[in-house]
Amino acid sequence: MDFTISRRALLQGSGAAAAGLIVGFNLGGPAAAGDGRLNTWVVVAPDGTVRILIGYSEMGQGIVTSLPQVIADEMEADFDRVEVLFAPAGVEFANPVFNMQGTGGSTTTRGSFEQMRKAGAMARDLLEQAAAARWFRPPALVRAKNGRLHDQVTGATLDFGEVALAASRFTPRPDYPLKTPSEWRYIGRAMDRLDIPAKVSGKAVFGIDVKVPNMLVATLAHCPSFGGTLKSVDPAPAMAVRGVRHVVPLDDAVVVVADGYWPAKKGLEALSPEWDLGAFADGSSAAVLAEFREALDEDGATASAEGDVEGALGAAAKTVEAIYEAPYLAHATMEPMNATAWVTEDRATVWTPTQGQGPLTMFGAQALGLDPSRITVHTTFLGGGFGRRFELDFSLKAMLTSRAVGAPVKLIWSREEDMRRDYYRPGAVARMTMGLDGDGMPTGFSAKLVCSSIMSRVFPQMVRDGIDNSSVEGISELPYALPARRIDYVMRNTDIPVGFWRSVGNSQNGWFAEAFIDEAATAAGKDAYAFRMALLQNAPRHARVLKTAAEAAGWGKADDGRHQGIALVESFGSIVAEVVELSVTDDKEIVLHKITVAADSGQVVDPRNFEAQLQSAIVYGLTAAFYGEIRVENGGVVEGNFDSYRMMKLEQMPAIVTRLIPDGTSAMGGAGEIATPPITPVLTNALFAATGERIRDLPLIRHGYDLGRARA
Amino acid sequence: MSYSITVNGAVHEVDVDGDTPLLWVIRDTLGLTGTKFGCGIAECGACTVHVDGEAMQSCQIAVEDAVGMNITTIEGLLGDQRFQALQEAWIAEQAPQCGYCQSGMLMAAATLLANNPTPSDDDIADAMINICRCGTYNRVHAAIRRAAAA
Ligand code: FES
Ligand code: FES
Repeated sequence: MDFTISRRALLQGSGAAAAGLIVGFNLGGPAAAGDGRLNTWVVVAPDGTVRILIGYSEMGQGIVTSLPQVIADEMEADFDRVEVLFAPAGVEFANPVFNMQGTGGSTTTRGSFEQMRKAGAMARDLLEQAAAARWFRPPALVRAKNGRLHDQVTGATLDFGEVALAASRFTPRPDYPLKTPSEWRYIGRAMDRLDIPAKVSGKAVFGIDVKVPNMLVATLAHCPSFGGTLKSVDPAPAMAVRGVRHVVPLDDAVVVVADGYWPAKKGLEALSPEWDLGAFADGSSAAVLAEFREALDEDGATASAEGDVEGALGAAAKTVEAIYEAPYLAHATMEPMNATAWVTEDRATVWTPTQGQGPLTMFGAQALGLDPSRITVHTTFLGGGFGRRFELDFSLKAMLTSRAVGAPVKLIWSREEDMRRDYYRPGAVARMTMGLDGDGMPTGFSAKLVCSSIMSRVFPQMVRDGIDNSSVEGISELPYALPARRIDYVMRNTDIPVGFWRSVGNSQNGWFAEAFIDEAATAAGKDAYAFRMALLQNAPRHARVLKTAAEAAGWGKADDGRHQGIALVESFGSIVAEVVELSVTDDKEIVLHKITVAADSGQVVDPRNFEAQLQSAIVYGLTAAFYGEIRVENGGVVEGNFDSYRMMKLEQMPAIVTRLIPDGTSAMGGAGEIATPPITPVLTNALFAATGERIRDLPLIRHGYDLGRARA
Repeated sequence: MSYSITVNGAVHEVDVDGDTPLLWVIRDTLGLTGTKFGCGIAECGACTVHVDGEAMQSCQIAVEDAVGMNITTIEGLLGDQRFQALQEAWIAEQAPQCGYCQSGMLMAAATLLANNPTPSDDDIADAMINICRCGTYNRVHAAIRRAAAA
């Protein structure tokens, strides 16, 4: 099955079709493998089309364009003749940062930038060698330029396609050169995203859209409590529903397989499964968070320390202390969890919107008792990921169901199941203390954090000496000059599953730190911006970002009745400062007027796409700050759908002013998550400026606030 | 039961239970997957289609009630000139991110502009109640403005 779609067909003769760009989504493996394959990523067809295989997941972050942008640049390909295909899972597509195939941690572009540059440069080298051989010239006298090869002596030219087959038989010269940044043509420029024509035509194939011949459609219900299991289920009531074919018991869930989603759902509703609710049957998030608060008095493991904190705090003219609490959060990707699998006796194929192709191959093989070589993973477009789709549960459950019924099965979760069986952003509690001297300058800072560890479940080898970096990131290293500091962590793992949620630990710790710095500034009687700047003397990059944001936002110059908040958080190697301007009505409706974001991310591949990532991450963070809270009662999640886990909408969005700080010298930072952490503190800081109320637990609706329609 | 429904100008006999939401008939029975499932409870707009020219959430319409209605999905608008202008505005603004909500967004925007060719910011805010988890709102807004100006 080949879902390659031409832009021409998509827009049907419109003016924009002239570019002739093609976006491929290939459901049956690399259609283009074989002839003209220049390396793992690049295949040049005889007609000159450059096909680029991408082993990463596209979930809106734009990598199906930004990676080809890098390859095409070094290769001197004509970007209008570039086609992208999702590669099937394979070790050659391992993420260099993880050493396995997967997408996350804002690693894709920065992790594979050099690799993609080399892939492009190598492809160009092969094409130049092949053309040189054709012309009997030394390769040094042949130049690739914009999809063609030029003979420097005669001026003759050849299209890439004319030498593609020959080129794939050459061996790259050991010293093939990379371009210098000044020679880049696509890197650093805004390119039209290759996946967008398909996404404005309803033609992009997401996991939920996969069709396989003779496929059945299924849905499932999990045990209502975490850690519980299925005892038994009488399939008869479901089987009596027209269109239902099978009832499949799994360890912790029951699946109904039918001719379509609706009969499957009706069948599921007819069942009365018996569950073993397990040890967490009475568990609640309230009890868990209360326990976390108590654990603040325990000694933790030290994540980072410098100087004599106790001494510094003891000698301070004034100390500030506060306890903050962040709720559990669901990912709520727009496309609910789903996967399609076809498992036979000796092989398994899965079409899935996954962020974790590598681990899925491994654990899929384990779950089915097959050799990993018998597992084929096809990656579809992802209707959002945000870390949720790094988990394997939805893919594995589709595989187990398919094996049980002996047919291809598309397993679609209802929104409620998606919400209630997530791996949540950990609920977390922090106590922070700051000592101030007579001039209101910090003498020392200590923080103790309590939350569950994600890595303990996912990569236990990454937990060292009681520290899971993903639990402490965002506060364990701060750019501010703090003469003495200590950050401790008390790990408390519970039955509430936790996972990677856009920006991970930075999402709560960035808020804790930057809201608390604001409290310290207030206690010191200083302006929130000036206080931070004074502490950034040894951090010029951070100072520049903060200053850029403050100036662009007109810090301190808000109109009467409007209030500002500022914050600065470094995450994933990028430094981001934000400013919000808002007002609050008498009935606690918050109106957002403007958001300003400044970012230093080192080299940026595509500034327009980068800006879109910043906006996206801001909306994600705002939504959580206003509405986001997953509550657990009786062992299971209360919230079920968007009526109880609310989402921010278009009318509430103010304009976002963006400032990218070009920095060609620093290492490339991440893009997709970095603007989420600062938005929560800017919001609570601005709210303090507006109302004098310090919000130390979220979401804001818990405090009677709501978000109104934005106004310029 | 069998129901006769009109989707994208063609009449289809579908043999499903009468309470089956139009959304699932469109997706599972007719195989048109441009219309998306997001919530099933009228909260997100991912399933938006046109019913007799108006934007409606197809997860809320039982197939038995859809008989006699003129239903259009995004597939049915491809090639329509006005819709193409909208798509081009969307491309010019590079509106989508993951793209999952965008069919619904486009369907809602199409009826907004059909009924009100020069919408104010408030009109856009009133009409565009779809959820976008990727936060494309400002670019969607800009794309509607651009299409209205074209
Ligand atoms: S699926 Fe119909 S409104 Fe969400
Ligand atoms: S573009 Fe991803 S949900 Fe809207």
